[in-house]
Amino acid sequence: MKIVVCIKQVPDTETKVKIAADGKSLDPAGVDYVLNPYDEYAVEEAIKLKEANGSEVTILCLGTEAATKAIRTGLAMGADNAVLLKDENAAGRDWLSVAKTLAEELKALQPDLIFFGKQAMDDDSAAVGTAVAQILGLPSVANITSFALEGATATVQREVEGGIETLTATLPAIFTAHKGLNEPRYPSLKGIMSAKKKPVEEKAAAVCENGTEVVSMALPPERPPGKVIGEGVEAVEKLIDLLKNEAKVL
Amino acid sequence: MELTEEQEMIRDTVREIAREQIEPRAEEIDINSRFPKETFETLHELGLMGVPFPEAYGGADADTVTLALVVEEIAKVCGSTALGLAAHTSLCCWPVFAFGSDEQKKQYLPGLLSGGQFGALAITEPQAGSDVGALKTTAVVSGDDYVINGTKAFITNAGVASVCIVATVTDPEKGKQGMTNFIVPTDAPGFALGSVDEKLGMRGSDWAEVVLTDCRVPAANRLGNEGDGFEQLMAILDGGRIGIAALALGIAEGALEKTTAYAQERKQFGRPITSFQATKMKLAQMATDIEAARHLLFNAARRKDAGQPFAVEASMAKLFASEAAVRACKEAIQIYGGNGYSREYPVERYYRDAKLCTIGEGTSEIQRIIIARHILQS
Ligand SMILES: Cc1cc2nc3c(=O)[nH]c(=O)nc-3n(C[C@H](O)[C@H](O)[C@H](O)COP(=O)(O)OP(=O)(O)OC[C@H]3O[C@@H](n4cnc5c(N)ncnc54)[C@H](O)[C@@H]3O)c2cc1C
Repeated sequence: MKIVVCIKQVPDTETKVKIAADGKSLDPAGVDYVLNPYDEYAVEEAIKLKEANGSEVTILCLGTEAATKAIRTGLAMGADNAVLLKDENAAGRDWLSVAKTLAEELKALQPDLIFFGKQAMDDDSAAVGTAVAQILGLPSVANITSFALEGATATVQREVEGGIETLTATLPAIFTAHKGLNEPRYPSLKGIMSAKKKPVEEKAAAVCENGTEVVSMALPPERPPGKVIGEGVEAVEKLIDLLKNEAKVL
Repeated sequence: MELTEEQEMIRDTVREIAREQIEPRAEEIDINSRFPKETFETLHELGLMGVPFPEAYGGADADTVTLALVVEEIAKVCGSTALGLAAHTSLCCWPVFAFGSDEQKKQYLPGLLSGGQFGALAITEPQAGSDVGALKTTAVVSGDDYVINGTKAFITNAGVASVCIVATVTDPEKGKQGMTNFIVPTDAPGFALGSVDEKLGMRGSDWAEVVLTDCRVPAANRLGNEGDGFEQLMAILDGGRIGIAALALGIAEGALEKTTAYAQERKQFGRPITSFQATKMKLAQMATDIEAARHLLFNAARRKDAGQPFAVEASMAKLFASEAAVRACKEAIQIYGGNGYSREYPVERYYRDAKLCTIGEGTSEIQRIIIARHILQS
């Protein structure tokens, strides 16, 4: 079986992002980039299948040359090979442009199973996996928290408001991974040492038009510092008073 | 400092493990003097207990620089855990790898490097610490075996180890040339643990007295030839000091990181204490010491990896880094004030852990002797 995991490199959630001079993009200076955390669940699920049934796992990434770092993380975790669709302006693409480009490549790769993370931690569009399914006409389930495969039928679960939904889909199909799907492994030293020897095919990403345009970006207003009004039962009265009269939320 | 892609990735992975798994346990294992087996299970699974050894023996095929990075990252959050790993790697696995026969390597390394086993090295005796040439533990030939008798003190990992390398005297007439090391399985008849003292710091690392009473090991367990012992020990300690320097560096960095964050939050006289020059001077000195220690350490590690002489560089790195760590932790407590003296905050643990670095694997005084000897000889 052939599995493709689509991944994105995103700023580490611990870095403080700055907005670039153009006011519409992030300033890449001083930012640490990592494999998008939701994509880690996607990679882990694919590798678990590889360990169970000997599948071949390919990482597919649209990004700049620097995205090789995230790709290596996937390879170190256990993926077999990777394709990097290179675009030095990858950050300027919206979900539609990314989805169209990935779909084009996926047509050529012909996988039986495709995993995405449910969303990228930087632009939070949460659209690409589902959009690719739409373009390719494949069944898809977003936000899965469990996955089981029997023959060509995948049984998956996702959390819905107040409950859990169980669905089946016949492969080829696309799933986007949510937290809880699994516990992503740390890459082992052996995995890290062998990652560099695994093939990464680099090619220019097809140009696809954006459907939207970013007009401006702004940081959220700084939150005023919290205040301690007391401890235990004695503080309750004062708290209620402040919530009523100062915060006006009660 | 330029790192390879692999070195960087290993460092980042260990940093993540340290933050997610090791730091949350650091306080508890210190309070309870508990060796964190569950942490080491993870470290073993990921190949971190066999960093600088070939894959053929179960190692990760990485180098000394990588080992130093691993020890440093772990020490930033927990000195005890870093010490356990460093001692296992440099004091037990390395000698088997460097001086062992093919059979010995095949027999012992896979278990130690990736099979979940721990290793120890027993040199120190109650009456012989800095003076390694004054050991009293004897090994006497008996048929195809050697019979070992003696007592070893302060042996890191002794209580958890499957394998303990034991330094002995096989020919008392010959002094340092009469010393021989043995690979002793800890289940060998006559191998027993003695007292386990309470420690000032590094309380989550395992240590014990080792008592050898007619402990019988096959001659096949001798490391190298009779008489090779002293030279082997000196070579082992040269490498081990890179590990202790990395340990000290990590502890100092951890202390600085915590202290910087604390000082920026803590207000007195209506402003953050970082606005006082006295605080700034301390932070600047800590950071500069750390940077200098890093350069000394990685210079020594690089030289070892390149096959160049590195003993003096390793001694300098160990000396400087461990004293810098003690200074940095002392200032960290000062900046924390009363909270620094309290167990509710981590820096007093860092201070207690750091102090070991000026003692283990050759005290600061012994490092100065080694460095001075080098100057005077050349
Ligand atoms: C936490 C911990 C873990 C340890 N783990 C191990 C282990 O795994 N295996 C092992 O074999 N040992 C281990 N040791 C022992 C350690 O290596 C010794 O404690 C150390 O080498 C010092 O020896 P000593 O304690 O006998 O001190 P001594 O040698 O008695 O030294 C006492 C003081 O005299 C000074 N001194 C001694 N000789 C000279 C000299 N010639 N010139 C100037 N000053 C001198 C020393 O610097 C020191 O300040 C460990 C120790 C500790 C604290």
